[in-house]
Amino acid sequence: MSYRKDMIWLAFFFGVLMFAPMLLPNNYYLTILILGCLHAMNAVGLCLLVGHAGQISLGHAGFYGLGAYTSAYLSTTVGLSVGLSMLSGVALTVVVSILVGLPSLKLKGHYLAMATLGFGIILSILFNETVDITGGPSGFVGIPRLSLFGWELSKDVTLYRAVAVMLCLFVWLSFNLLHSRVGRALRALHTSERAAEAMGVDIARYKLLVFVLSAAFSGIAGVLYAHYLTFIAPSSFGFMFSVEMIVMVVLGGMLSVPGAIVGAFFVTVLPEFLRAFENIEILLFGAILVLCMMFLPDGMAGGWNKLWAWGKARLSGAAHG
Amino acid sequence: MDPSSLLQYLITGLTLGSTYGLTALGFTIIFNTTGVINFAQGEFVMLGGMMSVYFMHALGLGEPSAVVLAVLGATMAGALVERLAIRPVRDCPTINLIIITIGVSILIRGLAMLLWGKDTHVLEPFSGNQPIMFLGAAIMPQAIWVLAISLFLLAALKLFFSGTIHGKAMLACSFDSKAASLVGIGVQRMVLLSFMISAFVGAVGGVILAPITMTSYDVGIMLGLKGFAACILGGLGNPFGAAAGGLILGVLESMGAGFVSSAYKDALAFVILLILLFVKPSGLFGPKDSKRV
Amino acid sequence: MDKAILGCSGVAVRFGGVQALADIHFAAEKGEITAIIGPNGAGKTTLLNVISGMVTPSHGTLSFEGRDITSLPAHKRAWAGMVRTFQNLEIFSNMTVLENVTMGCHGRLTVPAWHSLLRTPRSRRLEDEVRREALDALEFVGMSDLAQATAKDLPFGKQRLLELARALAARPKLLLLDEPAAGLNIAETQLLADLILRIRDTYNLSIILVEHDMELVMRISDSILVLCFGQTISRGTPGQVQKDPTVIAAYLGGDED
Repeated sequence: MSYRKDMIWLAFFFGVLMFAPMLLPNNYYLTILILGCLHAMNAVGLCLLVGHAGQISLGHAGFYGLGAYTSAYLSTTVGLSVGLSMLSGVALTVVVSILVGLPSLKLKGHYLAMATLGFGIILSILFNETVDITGGPSGFVGIPRLSLFGWELSKDVTLYRAVAVMLCLFVWLSFNLLHSRVGRALRALHTSERAAEAMGVDIARYKLLVFVLSAAFSGIAGVLYAHYLTFIAPSSFGFMFSVEMIVMVVLGGMLSVPGAIVGAFFVTVLPEFLRAFENIEILLFGAILVLCMMFLPDGMAGGWNKLWAWGKARLSGAAHG
Repeated sequence: MDPSSLLQYLITGLTLGSTYGLTALGFTIIFNTTGVINFAQGEFVMLGGMMSVYFMHALGLGEPSAVVLAVLGATMAGALVERLAIRPVRDCPTINLIIITIGVSILIRGLAMLLWGKDTHVLEPFSGNQPIMFLGAAIMPQAIWVLAISLFLLAALKLFFSGTIHGKAMLACSFDSKAASLVGIGVQRMVLLSFMISAFVGAVGGVILAPITMTSYDVGIMLGLKGFAACILGGLGNPFGAAAGGLILGVLESMGAGFVSSAYKDALAFVILLILLFVKPSGLFGPKDSKRV
Repeated sequence: MDKAILGCSGVAVRFGGVQALADIHFAAEKGEITAIIGPNGAGKTTLLNVISGMVTPSHGTLSFEGRDITSLPAHKRAWAGMVRTFQNLEIFSNMTVLENVTMGCHGRLTVPAWHSLLRTPRSRRLEDEVRREALDALEFVGMSDLAQATAKDLPFGKQRLLELARALAARPKLLLLDEPAAGLNIAETQLLADLILRIRDTYNLSIILVEHDMELVMRISDSILVLCFGQTISRGTPGQVQKDPTVIAAYLGGDED
């Protein structure tokens, strides 16, 4: 995909996001849309990290939670302004991601998976056990609503638009990065660290860069999540959510930013369809991971292309035969 | 800190630690023949416990036969995982294999939840609940079962790998699978066997632990992760290290819970895991890290 | 060491109990083609790995243009103007040919990462420049028509050329070639020899070459270093080395390939 094509896609996507609320029958669907955008922010970051740079993280739910809890605590318990709390939440996420990323990213494959997983679980235990700060398993209540430059985004639609603009900004940044020397360096170190190094890629620095960037995306999403729902609980930031993030990226085909976004919306909407059989969700996520990785390593987008090519071949075959 | 409670924690730790060790051994067996870390290892442990409970309640079996059936069932599950999810993708990049085995693990967990519900179940201790007093510490008979069976299993595995033709063939695969296949070893069969053995070992761990810690569909996550932490502690790929790592982790955790805070006992295992990964990824008993590109 | 672009002094490498290289002294002269040869397992590729910074020597020092680089990491050696190719091709298989070659410019044409993130005018100018230079390098090896092909779809010989083009895009002062003729047929090897000479003369750079193909080595090298079991057994011009009895003995007695 050329940069121009990606920009056309982004413009189209932005348009859809802006018009979507007009088509929705009620506010409940708006909630899903907002959650979908927040999940998509996570997925886009992880697509850069896992798909392009090939560095797995099973702990990104921790960054999502860290952003959310920090901002919630500062704005509610400490009494800082919402804007300042949000900034601090994101700043802390970035700092922690640097501290975790520096030693972790020296590790490869299974070791990296386990290190990030361990980090995520430690954070999730902290969210549960530091009851004085986080409210423990029963959750953190009474977080102030999101406000920008002094005025509160009281209407859900306004808040939704702010979140959607943010998501599009992330997508734009990601496209810029992927179509630059940085994006190429990430894909290069994914294929061969030795060769990338020999071409002058500072591997440690680039891994850290994309790790911190994706953590920042997750942290910002977490901050917005806290000030949108005004209530957060540790169960939203556990190991399972880290896995769900991977599901989103895998569904989208690992390398595709639009794919990751579609994957994110799919994972958000799926539980709504599965209301009647609520226990089946986890089963389905497992099946998606296994089947997609086995049969559709390029995700839905790749599968669609394959189907298209197959169909075209059949058609032309029929025409000639 | 008085000596009797220290002893108490030590025994609790060793009991817990031997199941971590068994889980770690499961990881090691598969890793050594395939180079894959099977993130679904913890689910085999869960299957051992949950299937025992299921066979007792649903089929009305006595505990001994239910336990045997459950272990066999989990072993079959191990074989199925290898045939259906691992064999077709053996040559995939590591990151894909990680994601696939994670998928397998939540698939098994989801199935268990669907079939057996979200309740926590208890398995009766193998020989009663009457604690044995020893130097002021109360030892549950089940703890003795756990230690004895773990030791027995360890010895049996040692014998298998060094004394039987199959065991030696599996070791050969771990050193160089291409060379192994050249001398006529069926590498695929060995990989299948390694999954079955590791599921078997995991399930035995699950069965003997269930009377102490209870069991439910989701115990596999934590047990699996701690088993892996034990692997890293002992040096990935080293079976002796895995078992020892499990014991060390169990004792540390039990001491931590006893003397510091039980709320953070799970966190402790992961803090240890992270410190080790960052400082000495080759483990406590591993060689000094030497770089060869 | 006035004329030498690269100097190795007393370099030794141990892998566990194996002495892969012992006390290697040699210098590669500016503008020359220096070949490293020797029977299998002699430590040729290890020496190249030491030079490019992928293996840390247990003893000895390395200097590049008179500057000590013993502890410089591999990517910084690339920045300093030292670029290598690999014996077992390490192309970026999922990228296009052009993208592969642009990777060669990575260390030379840079811009802070935030420029890339925001796609500033400076970043766009740089991307254009990188593209132009990559196309030039492709042109040089005669692969312009394949710029948009996916690298892994190329035939083996073209992948070798692609690695060479990628290295050229870095405009190195010193080019390290690890068995560039391995897997090529006689005709391709002939072309490769011409290309290597053309590279040296056009870009006026120095080349260190590890190679098995004696004909190629004798034809293009200015000086040769012969290794056997990690030791230097001979050094000199192709004519001198060819007549050296120790070299003949090592090849007749040691090569079991």
